[in-house]
Amino acid sequence: MNIEGKKAIWKDYQKDIADDSYFYVRSCVRQNFLPGSETTFIRIVREELGKDIYEHPCHTTCTGIGYHGDIVPVDTMMTVVARQFALMTEAGYENLVPSCITSFGIYTEVLDTWHHFPEVEARVREYLRMATGREFKIPANIAHASDIIYKFRKEIATKAMYKLINKNTGKPLKVVEHIGCHYSKMFPEKGVGGAEYPYVLVGMIEEWGGEVVDYPERRHCCGFGFRQYLVQANRGFSISCSRKKFESMQDYEPDMIITNCPGCPMFLDKWQYAISELEGKTYGKDGMGIPVFTYEEVAGMLLGYDPWDLGMQVHQVAVEPLLDKIGVSYDASRKYLGINNKNLGQPKSPNVLVTAKSLLSESL
Amino acid sequence: MNTQKTKSVIVIGAGIAGMESSAQLASFGHQVTLLEKEKVVGGHVANWERLFPTMKPASEIIDLLKTDIMNNVNVQLDAEVFKIEFSNQEFIVTLTDGQILKSDAVLLATGYDLFDPRGKEEYGYGIYDNVITSAELEAVFKNGKELKTSTGKTPKRVGIIHCVGSRDIKAGNQYCSNVCCITGVKQAIEIKEAVPDAEVFCFYMDLRMFGRYFEDMYLKAQEKYGVQFVRGRLSEACENQDGSLIIKVEDTLASKPLKMTVDLIVLLLGFEASKGTTSLGKMLHLNFGDDRFISPTNEHLLRHNTKMEGIFVAGTCTGPKSIIATISDARGAVITVNNYLNNLN
Amino acid sequence: MDFGYSIQKDNQIDYDKSHREIAEYIRKEESSFNICMSCGSCTAICSAGIFTDFNPRKLYLLISRGDIRSIRKEIDHCMLCGKCQLACPRGINTRNIILQIRTSIKQNKDHVF
Repeated sequence: MNIEGKKAIWKDYQKDIADDSYFYVRSCVRQNFLPGSETTFIRIVREELGKDIYEHPCHTTCTGIGYHGDIVPVDTMMTVVARQFALMTEAGYENLVPSCITSFGIYTEVLDTWHHFPEVEARVREYLRMATGREFKIPANIAHASDIIYKFRKEIATKAMYKLINKNTGKPLKVVEHIGCHYSKMFPEKGVGGAEYPYVLVGMIEEWGGEVVDYPERRHCCGFGFRQYLVQANRGFSISCSRKKFESMQDYEPDMIITNCPGCPMFLDKWQYAISELEGKTYGKDGMGIPVFTYEEVAGMLLGYDPWDLGMQVHQVAVEPLLDKIGVSYDASRKYLGINNKNLGQPKSPNVLVTAKSLLSESL
Repeated sequence: MNTQKTKSVIVIGAGIAGMESSAQLASFGHQVTLLEKEKVVGGHVANWERLFPTMKPASEIIDLLKTDIMNNVNVQLDAEVFKIEFSNQEFIVTLTDGQILKSDAVLLATGYDLFDPRGKEEYGYGIYDNVITSAELEAVFKNGKELKTSTGKTPKRVGIIHCVGSRDIKAGNQYCSNVCCITGVKQAIEIKEAVPDAEVFCFYMDLRMFGRYFEDMYLKAQEKYGVQFVRGRLSEACENQDGSLIIKVEDTLASKPLKMTVDLIVLLLGFEASKGTTSLGKMLHLNFGDDRFISPTNEHLLRHNTKMEGIFVAGTCTGPKSIIATISDARGAVITVNNYLNNLN
Repeated sequence: MDFGYSIQKDNQIDYDKSHREIAEYIRKEESSFNICMSCGSCTAICSAGIFTDFNPRKLYLLISRGDIRSIRKEIDHCMLCGKCQLACPRGINTRNIILQIRTSIKQNKDHVF
């Protein structure tokens, strides 16, 4: 592989990412399934980078999940988006930072629609006025939260306590990076690095010492697909998509997967458990599963935050082997103790996914 | 007819159209200057090894044309046109080195450039080591080299991709480049001749075998050489750890997606109007088609006239053509220019 | 464990793993198999094709690609009437191809395609 060829493409797809004064809008899914990621993002942006980041207490879902799932009609979705913009305008901000990739896709698509069809924008403004009495300004900048971390990856690297390096061998960790489909597949020019060779996570991994793995099914969707997973019987399609990716990356012996979407880490993590139960097969170098992270979890981990504050205890594929590889210090006994040492309860052991089970019994 | 003074014409571009038209115009008694911005004549054909449909060497044509222009044509190499103006009943052509030439007519034979396949990011040209272009394959044969992958092994399976940069709105070119299909069949045969045990696949949308003997070549490729054809456009190429490539197409005739590993991918590049065609055409305010090639005054009967009197066109600057068509086209231009020059005072 | 869904099989033809034994046999026995251009003249006129989903054009193509999962069932539809051979613009001996497919299947009777 010729990296110079990729670099030429990355140069073509640069993006304007706002510097400060961020209006943060949260993700529906992440708050439940990846707790700690959003808190960590706010913590890093505010405390480590010293930026102004604000979340309006009245902000809601963008309804992307409902819209893509055929539950929310497009006019409703656009009006909700308009309301988010209105809240942002009222709070005096211009730079929108969605936490979720689907949201990012929704906001970008809505603005593109309004750009080409101004009559639709006028109609939505009217809907919003009738429903809430609110007015809004179009955001000056929309950057996904991973774009922000990407932009300040060097600053994070200088403050980091750890690197993406195997402390026993001294070699960089092999990292699979996975981009949410709605980040750059719809509008390649709105993603750092474009659609074919996205750079937003590659940049972070390179800066933090890891080695990026490019494998044949890198571009394949993880299979999240809203409609697919909402109905249980359809999940076969989702799990088959993720499985295709795992089969393809297996030969490269990756140490970890990093993604920037809410659905992707949830699925790439949980499907490894489901595949292990359905087929008896696990992935990763020692067959213990490949731990899946959000970029905030990785950034927080490298900055030295407590892994249990980052929410890593809810991962199905246990993260402890990777933490040990990096040399992150953590207290295994506190894994299932929440704030104020409240016992969060232990999950049942899986039958096949070895690491989780053996580590669970260790921590008991 | 007033022929007191010998008329002159400047031909820009010494590819086969430029060379053929220069030689013929000189044989009619006109004073011909042939300008070529590179250091050698011959254009693209000089880089080709064998030509369809005869499989004769390209060097035969180039040598013949070189001989024709040797005596009667004033050839200038390394001569790039900077400016063309019209004043006092004549054309003033200024070169980038400052030289000024004058003539009664100008014939543009500025030709085409091959599509830059880096524009098709998903094919991985310039990123994956074993993705090469049709031109690069031709160079391998021309230089007498063995066909090998980037790691030096003999390819066991080769995929030839049609329509790269053609019939593709995302690549910026909606048109068909005419000659790539037959080039693909020709190169498939040549690869089989070079590596008889290799499997060769052509991935096409349509097989445009329009010329004389083209269908025979297609039949021969299948019958004698065992080349296989898959009707399906390459959607994505990915690289394996060992440098081999995974091709993803739909086998449209089977209505199923198809995936295969190949050792080498050959991209059949489409034609685009060359930089020279574009810049000189714009400078002279000529009409261009949506395909960015120059539009002559009338596609059927006035193929060599342009909007500007005294400015003529020949060859692929008006659209992709085979060598056979280009030579015919050049001769047509000769008649037009000759008549024009003879009717001048 | 039953989660209420199952992992799905690929619909994709994976050429690297497909079964091309029958194709290789036919190519040896009836070399005109190689010059099929999938024009469909055979299928249009096929007697069996009118009343079943037997499709000789597609069958030859899938055999070439090695996707022969349903071949045992399908090949029995052909009545060897010969209309396909009449129609073929390239003069392929289509009846012999059918016969060779049947021979090859018999030879591979224990094979799971």
